[in-house]
Amino acid sequence: MAMSSALQNGLIQLQLFEEYSWVFNLLFYVIFVVFIFYGQRIQMYVMLREVEGSLFKLKYIKDEGRKIAIETIKEIGKPQTDPAVRVDRFLEYFTIGPQSLDPAGVVWKLEHILDIRDVRFKDEVKLMAPATDDTQAHNLENTLEAAMALNFIYKIIRHFYLLGKKTLSLYIIMQIQMILPLIMREAEAYASALKAFAYGQPIGDGAGALVAAKLMRGHEIRKVPKDCVVATVPIEGRTTFVMKAEGPGGNVGKIGDAIKTVIDENEGKIATIIMIDAAMKLEGEEVGEVAEGVGAAIGGPGVDQFKIEESILKHHIPINAVIVREDIGDAVSPMRKEIFESADKAIERIKQLMLERTKEGDKVIIAGVGNSIGIGQ
Amino acid sequence: MSKTQSNATTRISSFVLLIIFLTLALSLTALILATTFFGQGNEIIAGYLLLIGFIGVALSTYVLFQTRRRMLRLRIEIPPIVTTIECRKCGFKSVREFQRGDYIFKEGEPCQKCNEKMLITAIYREVKDKEKTA
Repeated sequence: MAMSSALQNGLIQLQLFEEYSWVFNLLFYVIFVVFIFYGQRIQMYVMLREVEGSLFKLKYIKDEGRKIAIETIKEIGKPQTDPAVRVDRFLEYFTIGPQSLDPAGVVWKLEHILDIRDVRFKDEVKLMAPATDDTQAHNLENTLEAAMALNFIYKIIRHFYLLGKKTLSLYIIMQIQMILPLIMREAEAYASALKAFAYGQPIGDGAGALVAAKLMRGHEIRKVPKDCVVATVPIEGRTTFVMKAEGPGGNVGKIGDAIKTVIDENEGKIATIIMIDAAMKLEGEEVGEVAEGVGAAIGGPGVDQFKIEESILKHHIPINAVIVREDIGDAVSPMRKEIFESADKAIERIKQLMLERTKEGDKVIIAGVGNSIGIGQ
Repeated sequence: MSKTQSNATTRISSFVLLIIFLTLALSLTALILATTFFGQGNEIIAGYLLLIGFIGVALSTYVLFQTRRRMLRLRIEIPPIVTTIECRKCGFKSVREFQRGDYIFKEGEPCQKCNEKMLITAIYREVKDKEKTA
């Protein structure tokens, strides 16, 4: 009896379900049709939302950068007035590259523009923070440059986000969404660099400078153009000219000019040049791995590499490179232990290279490339 | 040196929180109602309410955790930086937190053992294993 009543009850509920099943069928068809016609638009909104999230994060990082720069100026620069206005103006600063329709001589034009930029930056920093010494001014300049880079990244992403929203073009949104993870990585790297620059901590990019500093320690040091130092160090029976950017302020110097000066001083009689620099590692490679090759190991806009290549070509000097592998995040953030420890491995490689490629009594140039922030000599 | 920073942007909006908790409350009500209907013998309605309740609870907790994760990601972590100071004469070595003004090969503090000037020989940060694999 009870069983038949339960069965009856179940049948009634099943009938009730069948009565309303058309609602679910209709809902299914509506969703199907909506996805056919508006699928791409929905996908676009999902992408826009993703870009919006990253933009939100970029804004936070950019604002933090500005805040750190202003705080550092107030702390060490002791300005008379509030530096915020001047910092905001500095963050919007731009550099127009030279015209390259006729490429002959473009390197010298680029160098000239970079020199003007450098002088202008230094003057601005002096005006913002009058109480700073040279080292602090260099560090402050680097801090402001990192904040400037963050501001620029934020503005570019915001431009594409707003443009995509305005035009509702899938391709504008898609291209920015696709490269977003790489851009975010770079922005995060600059964010961690801000504090390092503000405090004057050595950064990963200074691996080359660290190697040179270790080699020249305890020997007489002289200044060479521009913003570089060189020491004559006897290693393995060879006379080596070890050079780096002058530290401990944030400075990369002009290694190209320094190498040219030493080559000219020795009338081109240099057996080999060994350059040490931090270089981009591929995913899967170990941080701080030391590798060896040939060529001018130097980054930047290319002016210094051009000058070095011109000088070695004139005197037919062989050039070797020793690199320390690291990614962009490690290069601009405080130096990792692995990178610090790789300096000794790099020195061993240099010594081995000299024994294999030069004879006793030869003259060798060893150039430690990179930012000398937090690294003395 | 090791600290995290946060400002207004890192806080979760109270409106978002209100919506999340409202959804959670409604979903829980649906679950309670489902048990009541199940007791009354209305299994199909109870089934629907159960489905709605579970989906609601799952969605609101997911959104809540996602929002919290996003907020955590927004903080700029400052890793601890250590400075190693060595005495060239007696070999005494000391490791301390980085201080503004420190740089590699800076001569400074006198040695605790022989009173000779010590030299900063290393400044670096140690990366945790979790960070290394990330």
